[in-house]
Amino acid sequence: MGLEEKLPAGFVLTTLENVAGYMRKASIWPATFGLACCAIEMMAVGTPDYDIARFGMERFSATPRQADLMIVAGRVSQKMAPVVRQVYDQMPNPKWVISMGVCASSGGMFNNYAIVQGVDHIIPVDIYLPGCPPRPEMLLNAIIELHDQIQNSKLGVNRVAAARAAEAAALRATPTSQMAPTHDHLAHLAAPAGKNLLA
Amino acid sequence: MSTIAALPGLVSLVAEGTDNPRADFSDTPLWLSLVKALIIFVYLLVSTLLVIWFERRVIGRMQQRPGPNRNGPFGLLQTLADGMKSMLKEDVRPKAADAFVFTLAPLITATMCFVSFSIMPLAGEVSMFGHTTPFQLTDTPIAVLLVLAVAGVGIYGVVLAGWSSGSPYPLMGGLRASAQMISYEIAMGLSLVAVFLYAGSMSTSQIVSAQSGLWFVVPAFFSFFVYVITMVGETNRLPFDLAEGEGELTGGFHTEYGSMRFAMFFLGEYINMFTVAALATTMFLGGWQAPPGIAAINDGMFNEGWWGLLWFTAKLWMFMFVFVWLRGSLPRVRYDQFMRFGWKFLIPATLAWVVLVAFFRAGQNGWLGGTVDVAGRSFPVVSLALVGIIAALALAGGWMWDARVERREARLHPHVPDEIDPYAGGHPVPPMPGQRLREPSLTAPALTSRPDTEEATRG
Repeated sequence: MGLEEKLPAGFVLTTLENVAGYMRKASIWPATFGLACCAIEMMAVGTPDYDIARFGMERFSATPRQADLMIVAGRVSQKMAPVVRQVYDQMPNPKWVISMGVCASSGGMFNNYAIVQGVDHIIPVDIYLPGCPPRPEMLLNAIIELHDQIQNSKLGVNRVAAARAAEAAALRATPTSQMAPTHDHLAHLAAPAGKNLLA
Repeated sequence: MSTIAALPGLVSLVAEGTDNPRADFSDTPLWLSLVKALIIFVYLLVSTLLVIWFERRVIGRMQQRPGPNRNGPFGLLQTLADGMKSMLKEDVRPKAADAFVFTLAPLITATMCFVSFSIMPLAGEVSMFGHTTPFQLTDTPIAVLLVLAVAGVGIYGVVLAGWSSGSPYPLMGGLRASAQMISYEIAMGLSLVAVFLYAGSMSTSQIVSAQSGLWFVVPAFFSFFVYVITMVGETNRLPFDLAEGEGELTGGFHTEYGSMRFAMFFLGEYINMFTVAALATTMFLGGWQAPPGIAAINDGMFNEGWWGLLWFTAKLWMFMFVFVWLRGSLPRVRYDQFMRFGWKFLIPATLAWVVLVAFFRAGQNGWLGGTVDVAGRSFPVVSLALVGIIAALALAGGWMWDARVERREARLHPHVPDEIDPYAGGHPVPPMPGQRLREPSLTAPALTSRPDTEEATRG
C-alpha cells in the first residue's frame, strides 16, 4: 500500500520488515510462464513428488497482475525478449525473478545471434539457477533461497541504506581485470601434444 | 356489513398464518443486533480463512500430495499470508480502465456477499448477555427473496469489473459471468418454489421450524438436486467457472485486477459459497436442527440453544467439501453445453416439478377430492393419480427414448456383414473391426491368372 515505506527507521520498521517479509515469502504466486525445456522441470515441481504447494505456491496466476514471481524457464530468444519484458512490467511490485537454467542465466550453449545472452540483459534477476535443465529439487532450492532473501529484505529508509552499502562495497572491490590470474594460460598452450588442456 | 363481519376472521388468519417469521425479536435491543452482526461478520471471515486452506489441503490429498503445510501449523497461516501479501502489493490500475467503476466493482462484490447472511438462522433461540434472542440478525416474510435479490446485485460487481477494465478478456469474462449467473438464478429460484409450497412461507425461521418433522430434502428431492447444481453455477466454481477460465480468458473478469482489489473478489467468491451452502442447509437440510437420531436424545437437549450453531456449521462444511470435491474431480464444461443444460433441462424440468408439487400440496389439503386407504395409510386420490400418470409417462418416455437410441445406432453403424471376401472388388481390402475374412474366391478377377503372364514368369 506504500504506507510501510514511509516509516522512520527503528523498532517499528524492523518489526514491520519481519512481518511483511514473512507474509510475502509465505505467499509467492508465480506467473504461468515457460519458454523452453526448463519449463517441463518447472511443471514437475508442481507434481506430487516435489509439490510446490507446500510453500503455498501452487497458485500459478494466469494474469501477470496477480503474480509475484517470474520463473524465466528456458532460453530467451531475441523475438521473445520484448514479451518477457512486458510480462515483467505488468506485474505489480514487489516482484522477483528466478533465472532458471543456464540458457536463461547466460545464453548457455546457444552462443548465437538468435538468443539473448542471459535474461539479465532485459530484466533484473534475483536468483540465478544453473543446470541444463536444473532438476526440480534445484528449483525448490532456488525458491527457498529466494524465501530467505525476501524474509531479510529491507523496507523504506533501511532499504535505501542497504542499497548504498551494497554500492559502496561494489566500488571498493577489486575489478576482475586487476585480479591475479588463477592459472597460467600460456603454459597450458605450450604443453606437449595430447596434454594441451585448452585445445 | 358482511366484509366487516369477515374482517376479524381475516385478521386472525393472517396472525396464525405461517407467512410471518417465527423468530421472535421482541427481546432484542438494537445493540444486541449490532453484536450479532459483528459475530456473523467474524464467523464468515474466519470461515473464509479456513476454507481456502481446507480446499488446498483437500485437493492436495486428492492428488496424493500434502498441500500447503509450511506456513504456520498445518499450513493454517497460508490464507492469512495470501491476504496480507495482497494488501502489501502495489495497486495497479490500467490506463484504459474507468477509474471510478474499476474501484467500485470489487467493493460491490465484497460487501454484497455479507448481506445475505443477515437472514440465515445460525441457531435457534439462544441467551446472549441476558436476553433471549434467535441467533439470526433479522427475518422478514420474504427473507429468501432477499438472498436472490442480493445475489442479483452481487453480479454487478463481476459485470462492472469486466466492463471497466478496458480490455477484451475481462469484458468477455464479465459477459459470460452475467449470462451464466442470471440463467442459473432462474433455475435456482424455481427450485426453491417447491420448498415455499411445503413450508407455506418464505421466512427462513418458518422454513426451519417446518422441517422439525421431516427435512425438505426428502419430499423436495428434485429441487435439492437442481439447487445443488445451480449453486455451483451461481458461485462460478468448477466445473462451471467459465467466467475466469484460465485457458481461454487468462483470468476472465479479474484479469486486470491485482493486489487488494483482487483479494476482495476472492473473498466475495468464497463468502458466496458459504451463502449458497447456508441457504441449501436452511431450505433442505433442516437448518440448525440436529440430525434425526441426535435430535431425539433426551427430549431434544441437543436440538436447541447454542447446539444449533454446531449442526449448522457441520452442514455448511459438508457442502464446502462437496464444492472442493467437485473442483478436484471435474474438468470445466464447454460454454454452450453449460447454457443448454441450464435453459433446456434445468428450467423446464423444475417448472414441471413445481406444478407437480402444487398438485401434491393441494391433494394433501383435500382440495381435489378425498383420500383412499392403501396398505393402512390414507393417501389423497389426486396424489396417487399423479404418481400413476407420472409412472406411465416415464415408461412411455423411456420406451420412446430407447427406440430413438436404437434408430440413431442403426443410422450411425449400418449393418456390416460378419464375413467378407477381401478380393471381391478386384484388389485386397482389409476387414472392418469384428469382421472375419472368407477364403479368397478363385473367381475374383485378381486371382484368375492369365496364361501369358504365367508364361512370362516362368520364362
